[in-house]
Amino acid sequence: MIPSEQLPQTDRTMTEPTAEPVKDPSIAAGHSRRTFLFKLALVVNGAVGVVLAIPIVGYLLGPALKKTSADNSWINLGPLSNFPEGETRLVSYRNPITTDWDGQTGDIPAWVRRVSGDTFQVFAINCAHLGCPVRWFAQSKLFLCPCHGGAYYADGSRASGPPERGLFEYQHKVSNGTLMISAGRMPTLANEAKNVTPLTQIETHIQGSPAGKLSAIDQPQPRCSSCQT
Amino acid sequence: MPDLKQRGLDLYNWFEARLGLGTPLIEVAEHEVPNNTASWWYVFGSAATVIFVLQVMTGVLLALVYAPTASNAWNSLQFLDHNVHLGWFLRAMHGWGSDFMVAIVLIHMVQVFLFGAYKFPRELTWIIGVFLLLLTLGMAFTGQVLRFDQDAYWGLGIGASILSRVPLIGGPLVGLMLGGPIIAGNTLSRFFALHVFVIPGILIAMVGMHVWMVLRLGINDYPMPGRLVNKKTYLADYKEMEKKTGIPFVPDAAWKDAAFAAAIMLAVIACALWFGPFGPSGQPDPTIIETAPKPDYFFLWLYAVLAYLPPALETPVLFIMPVIGIAALILLPLLSGEGEKHVSRRPAAVLIVSVIAVSLGVFTHLGTYTPWSPIMNAWSSDPIPVSYLHNRTPLEREGAIVLQNKQCRNCHSIGGEGGLRGPALDTVATHMTEDQIIRQVLQGGGNMPAYGNALNPSETTALVKFLTTLHGHDLQPAVDASRRVVSAATATPPTNKQ
Repeated sequence: MIPSEQLPQTDRTMTEPTAEPVKDPSIAAGHSRRTFLFKLALVVNGAVGVVLAIPIVGYLLGPALKKTSADNSWINLGPLSNFPEGETRLVSYRNPITTDWDGQTGDIPAWVRRVSGDTFQVFAINCAHLGCPVRWFAQSKLFLCPCHGGAYYADGSRASGPPERGLFEYQHKVSNGTLMISAGRMPTLANEAKNVTPLTQIETHIQGSPAGKLSAIDQPQPRCSSCQT
Repeated sequence: MPDLKQRGLDLYNWFEARLGLGTPLIEVAEHEVPNNTASWWYVFGSAATVIFVLQVMTGVLLALVYAPTASNAWNSLQFLDHNVHLGWFLRAMHGWGSDFMVAIVLIHMVQVFLFGAYKFPRELTWIIGVFLLLLTLGMAFTGQVLRFDQDAYWGLGIGASILSRVPLIGGPLVGLMLGGPIIAGNTLSRFFALHVFVIPGILIAMVGMHVWMVLRLGINDYPMPGRLVNKKTYLADYKEMEKKTGIPFVPDAAWKDAAFAAAIMLAVIACALWFGPFGPSGQPDPTIIETAPKPDYFFLWLYAVLAYLPPALETPVLFIMPVIGIAALILLPLLSGEGEKHVSRRPAAVLIVSVIAVSLGVFTHLGTYTPWSPIMNAWSSDPIPVSYLHNRTPLEREGAIVLQNKQCRNCHSIGGEGGLRGPALDTVATHMTEDQIIRQVLQGGGNMPAYGNALNPSETTALVKFLTTLHGHDLQPAVDASRRVVSAATATPPTNKQ
């Protein structure tokens, strides 16, 4: 019951450590051997750490290393009759990769524009600026983003605001009278940047076909350079 | 009674003999500090610690009910708000606690900067403090995600979009952040792990180091103009000052910390009672796109900056500025570890703080009303003021209908109602001629989309005719001066304007 007796070291925090009391040198006789064994044990622990780190790092990086193509698959958006020609409609689909506990977050919306016949454009909901949900305004024929005011024309090309490019487009095809898109991963600049230049992309799609000519007329093509800023 | 007291003392001593924590703690509490440090300016650090403890406690209590899965998180917040006895109050305390914590950490940092407390020998204390600020902001962002509502969902989208701009490794980084191909269950789970385990763990360790260094190196002496920090003499000077003017930290200096901490806690409680919990706003259902996502208060400035950066500068600024900013904060004490501490002799420090404070304030203010965003329903809610239709021709009135129906007012205000993205149109005809208006409407430009595609010729004519009537009350309409010259030159009777 003499508490203060055991507490001499508190002062050390403020000053340099005081000299240790001198020990019997014979106790430290095996010092070099013990030091070696301790270092050996450390090396073994290091090796164990490395072995353990491999699965941990692999587990952590798993979602980062997956290829986009592994996540994408063809999704049925419904019969063509759901999409009147010349209109842009909101659809939603269940993401191909989901879990039971994803709930509503597994339902992904997209904008489907049927230019005419089998000519479609399917736009991601995510603004190319920072991913907010763009809304279609049929009267002014614009997609507007609520976050920072990015605007896109009906064909998805950039109209104004902070986005650097047009809307992200899903790959699509028409089979058996239904519209299919290839989707599965949230579109961002990192995985969609390769598909950029939507304007030229559309132009190559439309060459020759009457529908293409229509959409070409639809586009306010030669814009002044100042409109782009 | 004396017997009881004696017994209590015996009990304490029994523990103390084994645990040995009481005496050093008392010594720490009573250690001498220079009496000039017993200042009301020196209370913010302890207040931040107190709020951190509040956050840990309320956080644990919320975790008793919160369901960290994407399908249930929102419902469990509603359950907390409406079905759990006083659940709303704990949510409010935790939410307001986070706002107060960010604010006080920032105030603490500004105070330490202006008082030169980062200088020798407290450089590392400051550097650890910089990481504490970043961790606090990390807690604020991950906490906002756990309030899994529309804002959280699209906030994650913004985060992922920012990360996707990182050169080369942007894609893998997005995958790492989302934990899967889309914002979904895995995303929420990892933000839960970050908010509840990872960041608080690091935060507690670093707060420990931070406080330990304050005790070890002593509280920064109150700066005096002209008393310079010199690495060779500072420690001896400080020790002497401690000896000459030392007062026990508890209670002589600590009473101010305790009083301020109590006041801050009362303020948190008052806000929680008065304003209640934050959100949750709409369900985290991405198919509900009628939403205008916004970050919480402390990230509004960033949200505003992202609206104003030119597209080409956005990615560089997003990744270079934070690196420069954090590097500057970390290097500050290493580069300027000596010299003047007093704020009256450090104009650059005052200027830096003022510029940053004003910038953050302005951007935050802009973030509260987002003038850059179109008002999505302005065209269907506010009618054109009647005075703007008086004495107009049928064609001009038709133009007013076009203006309304083509959603011009989502970006342009008329009669004070409408978006702020574009200029107000009330007096547009005083600075634009009819030709200029036609060109602007059809071809766009200056951040306005081209409407040549969305308007047929008769709509364009009507719209432009209406716009040319908008020149305020008595103002002259804009005229093209060259026309008059041309018409005079061709010797036709002078027909001014149009």
